[in-house]
Amino acid sequence: MQSVSTSISRLAGARRTTQARVRREQAVTIVLFLLPAAILYSLLVIYPVFQAAHNGFYKWNGLGPMTNFVGLDNYVRILGDDIFHKAVWHNLVFILLSLVTQLPLALFCAILVGRRLRGRTFFRMVYFLPFVLSEVVTGLIWSFIYHPRGGLLNWVLSLLFPTWEPPSWLGTPNLLVLICIFVVINWKYFGYHMILYVAGLQNIPAEIEEAAQIDGASGWQVIRQIVLPLLGPTIRLTIYLAVLGSIQLFDLVWVMTQGGPANASNTMATYMYQFGFLRTQLGYGSSIAVIMFVICFSFSLIYQRRVMRQDFGD
Amino acid sequence: MTAQRFSISMLLRYVIAILIALVVLIPLVMTVFGGLKTTGDLLSNPIRWPADHLHWENYDGILQSSSFWVQMRNSLFIMLITATGVVLLGSMPAFIFARINFPGRELCFNFFTLGLLFPLAVAILPLYISLRQMGLLDSHWGIILPQIAFGLPGTILILRGFFLALPQEIEDAAYIDGCTTFGMFRHVAIPLMRPALAAVFVLAMVGSWNAFFLPLLVLNREPLWTLPLGIMRFQGQWGTDWARILAFVSLTLIPTIIFYFFAERHIVTGLTAGAVKG
Repeated sequence: MQSVSTSISRLAGARRTTQARVRREQAVTIVLFLLPAAILYSLLVIYPVFQAAHNGFYKWNGLGPMTNFVGLDNYVRILGDDIFHKAVWHNLVFILLSLVTQLPLALFCAILVGRRLRGRTFFRMVYFLPFVLSEVVTGLIWSFIYHPRGGLLNWVLSLLFPTWEPPSWLGTPNLLVLICIFVVINWKYFGYHMILYVAGLQNIPAEIEEAAQIDGASGWQVIRQIVLPLLGPTIRLTIYLAVLGSIQLFDLVWVMTQGGPANASNTMATYMYQFGFLRTQLGYGSSIAVIMFVICFSFSLIYQRRVMRQDFGD
Repeated sequence: MTAQRFSISMLLRYVIAILIALVVLIPLVMTVFGGLKTTGDLLSNPIRWPADHLHWENYDGILQSSSFWVQMRNSLFIMLITATGVVLLGSMPAFIFARINFPGRELCFNFFTLGLLFPLAVAILPLYISLRQMGLLDSHWGIILPQIAFGLPGTILILRGFFLALPQEIEDAAYIDGCTTFGMFRHVAIPLMRPALAAVFVLAMVGSWNAFFLPLLVLNREPLWTLPLGIMRFQGQWGTDWARILAFVSLTLIPTIIFYFFAERHIVTGLTAGAVKG
C-alpha cells in the first residue's frame, strides 16, 4: 500500500520534472528561434527608420558629426520644392495608370487564358515571364526599343506611317515620357497581377458559372455578375500592391531616364536619390524618406482598415 | 450553330492570346539576336536576321572579359547566401508563431509584419546611413544582411501560413514519441514544408539577382559589383554601341529565363501564398 503511494508520488514528481524540462526546453527554443531574426530585423529595418526621423531635423552632409540642428527646415524645403511636387504628381500618375489600365488588362488576360483554353499553361508562363527579369535588363531593352534612330518602335511606326516624324519618346519633358515608362511597367508587371487573378479565379467553383450559363447568362453577364464580385478580395489586394509598387518606383526610371529630361520623370525615390544621396545632403534625404514612410504607412493603414478589412473575416 | 459560334469565339481568344504573347516575347528575341549583329545592321532593321552572318564577337568579347565573370560570381554569391539566410532565419520564427503558444506571441508577430510597410526602396537612404555606421559599406554583407532583413516579414508571413496548415495530429504524434520542440521543427515540420521553403528560397533568389538600388548605394569598388551594376557601367562605356549592350543584356537574360522555366511553379506558389495570406 505504502509502496504504491510512494511510487505514485514518485511518478507525479517525475512528470513534474519532465514537464518543467519540456517547458524550459520550449522556452529556450522560442528564444533561440526568434532572436537571430529579431536582431537582424531590428537593426536593419526598424532602427534606420527611427534614425531617419532624428536625422531629418539636421542639416548634415553625412561626413562630420551632426551638429547643425535645423528643426523642421528640411521638411519646409521639401514641401516647398517644385521638383518634389512634380515627383509626387508623377507617382500619382503611375498609380492612376496602373489602376485604370494595368489591372484591367491583367484581369482580362487571366480570364482569357483561364479554364478551357488549350495551351493556357504556356500563355500564362509567357505573360508572367517579364516579372522575373531585372529592372535593369528591362529598362535597357526598352531604352533600345524607344531609341530615336533605329529603335524597334520607330522602325515599326515608319512601316505604318512612312511620312510621320515620331517624337523623342524618352526625351520629351512632358506626360509622354511618363506614359512611355508606364508602358514598360505594364509590360513587366501585368503578368504578376494576372497570376494573382488566376489564383483567385481558381477559387470560384466552376459549377456557379455553369449554372449561370444554363440559366441563359451570356459570357459578359457571367463575368460582370459572378466572377467580378467573387474576385473582390483579389482585386482589392492587387490595387493595394499596385499602389505600393508605384510609390516605390526607382530602378526602371533611373535606368531609362534618370528622372529626366528636366525632372519630367522623377519619382519620390529618384528625387531622394538625387537630392539626398548624390548631393550628399543626408539630413535632407532622411526627411524625404520620412515623408515617404508617412505616405506608405498612412495609405496602408487606411486602406487595410477601410477597404481590405472585409476580406480578413476569418 | 452553337458549336460554330463557340469555335469562332475560341479562335478570337487564341488570336488575342498569341498577340499578347508576341508583345512579351518580341523584345526578348530582338535583344538576343540584336547581340549577334553589328550595330549598324541593328539600327537599320532591329528585327531582321543579321545581314551578312552571325556576329558572335559581341558575345565573345564579354565572355572573355574577366569583369563579367567577377560580377557573375558576386551576384551568385550574394544571391545564394541571401536566399539561404531568408529561409533559415524566416522559417524559425514562422514555426514558433504558428505552432507554439506563449504570452506576447501576437505582439511579436505583428512586430515582424510591421516591416511589410517599409519597402526597401523607401527605407534605402536611412539604411545606407546605418550600414555606414556599422562599417558594412563596400562589402557583400552590406547587401546580404539588409536583403535578408527586409525579406523576413514576407517570408515569415508566407511560411507561418504553411506551418499553420500542418495537421495537429502529426505534431501530437511527434511529441508523444518524445520529440523536443526543436526535433519537431527539424525532423517533422521542415521535411513536410519543402515546397513552401523552395518557393520562399526561389523568390529570394530572384529578388537578390535583380537587385539594383541597394548595390548601387553600397558597392563603390568595382571588384565587388554585381551584374546589374556591371550592365549599367557597360552601357555607360559603350554608349551607342547597342549591339554590344544587347549582347551583355542577353548574357544575363538567358540564365534568368532558363532558371524561370525550372522555377516558375515555385515562384507562383510563393507569390500566391503570400498574396492570399497577406
